[in-house]
Amino acid sequence: MPRVAVTREAAAVLRRLRASHGELMFHQSGGCCDGSAPMCYPAGEFRTGESDVHLGDLAVEEFVVPVWMSAAQFEYWSHTHLTIDVVPGRGSGFSLEAPLGIRFLVRSRLLDAEDL
Amino acid sequence: MAKFAAPGQPGSVVTYRDRYDHFIGGEYVPPAKGEYFANPTPVTGEEFTEIARGTAEDVERALDAAHGAARAWGKTSPADRANVLNKIADRVEANLEALAVAETWENGKAIRETLAADLPLAVDHFRYFAGVIRAQEGGISQIDEDLVAYHFQEPLGVVGQIIPWNFPLLMAVWKLAPALAAGNAVVLKPAEQTPASIHVLMELIADLLPPGVVNVVNGFGVEAGKPLASSRRVAKVAFTGETTTGRLIMQYASENIIPVTLELGGKSPNVFFSDVAAQRDAFYDKALEGFTMFALNQGEVCTCPSRALLQSSMYDQFLGDAVERTRAIKQGHPLDTDTMIGAQASNDQLEKILSYIDIGKQEGARVLTGGERADLGGELSGGYYVTPTIFEGDNKMRIFQEEIFGPVVAVTSFSDYDDAMKTANDTLYGLGAGVWSRDGSVAYRAGRDIQAGRVWVNNYHAYPAHAAFGGYKQSGIGRENHRVMLDHYQQTKNLLVSYSQNALGFF
Repeated sequence: MPRVAVTREAAAVLRRLRASHGELMFHQSGGCCDGSAPMCYPAGEFRTGESDVHLGDLAVEEFVVPVWMSAAQFEYWSHTHLTIDVVPGRGSGFSLEAPLGIRFLVRSRLLDAEDL
Repeated sequence: MAKFAAPGQPGSVVTYRDRYDHFIGGEYVPPAKGEYFANPTPVTGEEFTEIARGTAEDVERALDAAHGAARAWGKTSPADRANVLNKIADRVEANLEALAVAETWENGKAIRETLAADLPLAVDHFRYFAGVIRAQEGGISQIDEDLVAYHFQEPLGVVGQIIPWNFPLLMAVWKLAPALAAGNAVVLKPAEQTPASIHVLMELIADLLPPGVVNVVNGFGVEAGKPLASSRRVAKVAFTGETTTGRLIMQYASENIIPVTLELGGKSPNVFFSDVAAQRDAFYDKALEGFTMFALNQGEVCTCPSRALLQSSMYDQFLGDAVERTRAIKQGHPLDTDTMIGAQASNDQLEKILSYIDIGKQEGARVLTGGERADLGGELSGGYYVTPTIFEGDNKMRIFQEEIFGPVVAVTSFSDYDDAMKTANDTLYGLGAGVWSRDGSVAYRAGRDIQAGRVWVNNYHAYPAHAAFGGYKQSGIGRENHRVMLDHYQQTKNLLVSYSQNALGFF
C-alpha cells in the first residue's frame, strides 16, 4: 500500500540534492517550529531504529528515497497518505534543501479504499 | 491608535543595516566563503537586509573566540557577571521601542506583543539571572568527623545554542542569560528565518561583554547549525525546535558525550470545566480570553493552547462566545498598536498552516471561523497572514495531534473529569496545558494529572523568569527559566577533603 508520493517539482529538487550529497532519506518531523516538516538528509545521517516506521520509498527515476517517521507519530498519522511537495521558503532544521531558498512540505489526504 | 514607522523609514526608531556579518570575538567578521542570503520581512514579503551565510569555517572561528574568552569569563566573580547582565538589561530597556520595532519587522508579530511581552520579558530575564547567580550557594556536607564534601558549581565552558524563529530575541535571551550568569562562553546560531534582530541587540550591548563571550554565527541549519551541534569543542548544546532535529542533535551529542537541553514543542490542551460558565462575570470573560490565547503570536508558540477541551454541559454556550471573541481579533499591520495578530513568520510556515487546514477539512473537522489566508491589501498583500481559525472535531484527527504553529485551535468536548484527563493526555507531547475551573480542588487535581511541564491554572501564556518551563514526553529534555536552569549550564565539582592526620590502616 503506497503511503508516500512525491510531486514532480519536489522530485526535481531531490535529483539536484542527490547530485551534490549522494543518496538521500526523509524523516518526518513533529512538534514545534518546523515540526510536521519532512526533513531531508544524506542517507544514514539520521539514525533510524526500532522506534521508527519505514513509510515507503519515493521513486525518482533512477533512484529511490526512503521516508521514515517515528512509530509513535505514525499511530496518529497512519490513516493519511503523504505527498512530499516543495514551496519557496527559508529552511528548517538541518534539512538539505534550505540553502536553495525552498522547503519540502507534506501534503496529506485520507487513505481511501483504492489505497487499501 | 499609533503606527510605528517601518525600520529605515522616516521617523522610525530603528534602522537595519544593509548587511550583517558574523559577530565573533567582539567584532563583525565576514563569512569565510563570502556568501550572504537575503532576509525578507513577513510583514510585506520584501527583503530588507542580507545576512552572512555561515559555514563550518565560521563556526570554528567563533569557537576559537569563545574558547579564548571562556576561561577568564568563568573566573569572574558572580557579582561582576551579575553587573554585566544588569547593564545589558538596562541597555535593552532604554532601547525597548527600537528593539520591539526591529523584532516585529523581523518576525511579523504584532508590535503590542513585542512592546508588552517579548522585550520586557527579555529585560527581566537578564535581571533575574543576575540575581540568582549572586544568591546561588554551593554545599558543605560533613561525611564524618574528619571528612568533608564541598560542592562547587563550575561553568561548562563553551556552549552551543540554536535559537528558534518564533521569539528571535526572547528565546535567545532565555538561553543566553543563564549561560552567561553561570560563566559560560556562547556560540549562538539564530534561525535562518529570523537572523537579523539579534544583531540589533548585539550592536547595543557589544561594549558590555568581553570579546568572545557571546558569538553569533548566522546561516542555514545544515551549513552552520550542524557544525555547531556536532562540534567536539562545545560542552553542551541547547536547542529549541522539533523532534527530528532534536533527535539528530542528541545523536551528535552522543558521539561527543555531552548533554543537551531540548525544547521540542507540544500540542497543549486548554481544559475548560463546566463551572467556568456558572456565571457570566469577570472570570467567565477571563476564560474566554484564555481560549483565544491560541492566536497569541499568530499561534507560533510551542505552548500554543491549540486543543480546547470543553465540558459538554456548557459546550454550546462557551463555544458560541469563544467564536465571537475570536472574530473580534483585529488583524492588521503588525506595526499598528491596535493590531492583535500579525503575520506568520515565513512563506513555508504559511503554506504548512494552509496544508493543515486542508487535512482538517478532509478529516471532517468543521471550520467555525477563519480557515483561510488573509489578504490585507496594499503592501501587506505580499505578507503571510492567516485568519484566526476554530476547528471542531475529534482528538484523533491530525489537527488535534500535530503542532500547526499557526492561529488554529481544534475544539472538542469531554463528559467528565476522567474523560477530560484521558483526552488531554492523549498526545505525544507534554509541554504546556491550561486548566480553567472555579473549583480549586478540580483545578489542582487536573493540573497534577496532566502530563505536561507547565500547567497554567486559570491563566495562560504567562512566562515569568521565576517559573520553570519545559516538556514531558516528546516535548523535550530539561528546563528553561527559573534558578534550576543554572543546573543545565554548570558542572558540579566535589572536593572531598580529609582533615584526619592518620592513615586508614589498609596498607
